[in-house]
Amino acid sequence: VSSQLAMDVGKKDSIASDSSEQVVNPWEVAAKDGGKIDYDKLIDQFGCQRLDDSLIDRVQRLTSRQPHVFLRRGVFFAHRDFNEVLDAYERGDKFYLYTGRGPSSEALHLGHLIPFMFTKYLQEAFKVPLVIQLTDDEKCMWKNLSVEESQRLARENAKDIIACGFDVTKTFIFSDFDYVGGAFYKNMVKVAKCVTLNKAMGIFGFSGEDHIGKLSFPPVQACLSVPAVPSFPSSFPHLFPGKDKLRCLIPCAIDQDPYFRMTRDVAPRLGYSKPALIESSFFPALQAKNGKMSASDPNSAIYVTDTAKEIKNKINRYAFSGGQDSIEKHREIGANLEVDIPVKYLSFFLDDDTELEHIKKEYGEGRMLTGEVKKRLTEVLTEMVERHRMARAAVTDEMVDAFMAVRPLPSMFE
Amino acid sequence: VCNYRIIFWIFQELQIDYSKYEHPPVLTVEEQAKYVSSSEGALSKNLFLKDKKNRYYIVSAMTDTKVDMKVLSQRLGLGKGGIRMAPEEALSELLQVSLGCVTPFAVVNESARDVSLLLDQKFKNQTRCIFHPLSNDVSVSLNTLGLDKFLQSIGRDSVYIDLEVNANPVVGKDQPPDLAVYVPSNSVVVPELPTKTASIQTASKNVSAEKTKPVASAKPSKLAGNGKSAVEDSALLVFKNPEKFVEEILDKTTALLLSEGKGENVEALAETFRKRLTSEFTHLAVMYKNTAYSQGFYAGTQSQPKRP
Repeated sequence: VSSQLAMDVGKKDSIASDSSEQVVNPWEVAAKDGGKIDYDKLIDQFGCQRLDDSLIDRVQRLTSRQPHVFLRRGVFFAHRDFNEVLDAYERGDKFYLYTGRGPSSEALHLGHLIPFMFTKYLQEAFKVPLVIQLTDDEKCMWKNLSVEESQRLARENAKDIIACGFDVTKTFIFSDFDYVGGAFYKNMVKVAKCVTLNKAMGIFGFSGEDHIGKLSFPPVQACLSVPAVPSFPSSFPHLFPGKDKLRCLIPCAIDQDPYFRMTRDVAPRLGYSKPALIESSFFPALQAKNGKMSASDPNSAIYVTDTAKEIKNKINRYAFSGGQDSIEKHREIGANLEVDIPVKYLSFFLDDDTELEHIKKEYGEGRMLTGEVKKRLTEVLTEMVERHRMARAAVTDEMVDAFMAVRPLPSMFE
Repeated sequence: VCNYRIIFWIFQELQIDYSKYEHPPVLTVEEQAKYVSSSEGALSKNLFLKDKKNRYYIVSAMTDTKVDMKVLSQRLGLGKGGIRMAPEEALSELLQVSLGCVTPFAVVNESARDVSLLLDQKFKNQTRCIFHPLSNDVSVSLNTLGLDKFLQSIGRDSVYIDLEVNANPVVGKDQPPDLAVYVPSNSVVVPELPTKTASIQTASKNVSAEKTKPVASAKPSKLAGNGKSAVEDSALLVFKNPEKFVEEILDKTTALLLSEGKGENVEALAETFRKRLTSEFTHLAVMYKNTAYSQGFYAGTQSQPKRP
């Protein structure tokens, strides 16, 4: 889902000006005084709920399998109405998944893959269908790409997404340029009519009359409604005919929360169910520096096209270490696990809980050195990237066409 | 795609006088000569060429006309080695024909709109000339007036040149490239075939896909290797071929067995297998399923409806 919206609108009056507060919104993510993001405070600030252990246990019971590593490690840590979705699921009322990507660059890094990896798990575990939106129109407008280029990027990104392992009999991928029209467009207009300028300003935290003059509202309005519309099953009459009350669950990064607050506000007014959200924290950049990975700095991230050598290099040279300056000091007081990037990355991608605990203990108490941790991380990431590359190599244009075809999915709940 | 019968339809519409000869498929002029005698007309040799800036040319000449590629290249203003045989996929992408079928008539295709057509001026002295009408199991003879009429009807000029002009020097201060005006204004990028495209995208950022060097001979030749790695080659097969799929699964399983199996009791080993292999094998299986579905989907889009 887009996080480029309204860059041009101007952020003069945004709450970012006060550096004593942390800032999280779709355009800016900054910790307080350069420290860590306080996720508990964020949950309070946004008004969503924590994904606690009891919910995770419930997921395990309902799906009869180990919960995904991102749930166990608190990567996906907040939600809205996830418990209600589970209540309905227990009663036999299914749901569908919705996630998306703004295809602005060909280079995908690991941070980009996280929501897709988690969504794939949700699809498999709950056996539910998924719609994936590629907002090529929005990237075309705000990033000043040509229509053809944004469509091409959308298809290229679709290949990486498919390589994550989505089931073609349960997945519909669409690009805005291809799909907007018909029932989808009708919902866009319905949503746009519900969202007043002031309300939008309020949700996104802007204030000040000068914005009203500067805004060219219709395109912004349309953009605001675009992420909302796929949350409504009637936008996909070929998939969910007659199922207007089908619930939607949206895995996303927590900075997307404002968009969906707006959607949840509008939904009941249109007679639709409110979409539920399951939200993740940020995947840190290699060099740490409060905030998240950025596609514009190649050394801040591991890319799916990186070779084993490049991965090893990047981790060794750029991954911010919490180890001490000298071996003696390190053996004495151990590593600072709070800021150590390799351990953080392992907590995302090393599936074995026991091994991770062992590493944290040994490293934190000074018996394991940074080099060892980095070596293990390099192994884990290399294996992941290799697997992705193999799968990506098998994605043909025909496969993309199949995923993007407007077709019924008769076995979507099997 | 322009079915060759369209060529004959156009002949009939324009009342062009022609003769048609059907024969087994032929790839060379020598073979064609076995079935179409010189009394029917002058056989032609047809070259499909490409320059370094992805611009394409059809050169159609009498079989005994000497076509000097170096001279031609200079006359087009492309320097001495600026032109070579076009690769096979350009043949199908741009001209919609297969090997052995290059012909002036190929410019009837929309895809060939930027291809420059150069005809041997010696054709004009012949009663009739012989070409393939987009298919190498048919030949057609007609005179240049008929050919001109055909080209005109599809908005093309007939360009006849003296291919054997060989001034010394070919081009120089007082002798500008005389054919430069026939260089197409647009270059064309010929997309690679789907499976190759998929693998090239995954090549490391630092390694660019190898450019191919088509062999410069009279006959268009098959593409040389294109930088696709063996890893990605086998990836495609694993997801398409049941035997390769099973082999991959057994390879991974036995590898794990050999690395973990020493001294472990059987139950613990079975647990390890489940834990370590489930997610990976599920991923493999999903890709296998997706591949099969996509092939079926594609077949569906191509299938003819049942006759009532």
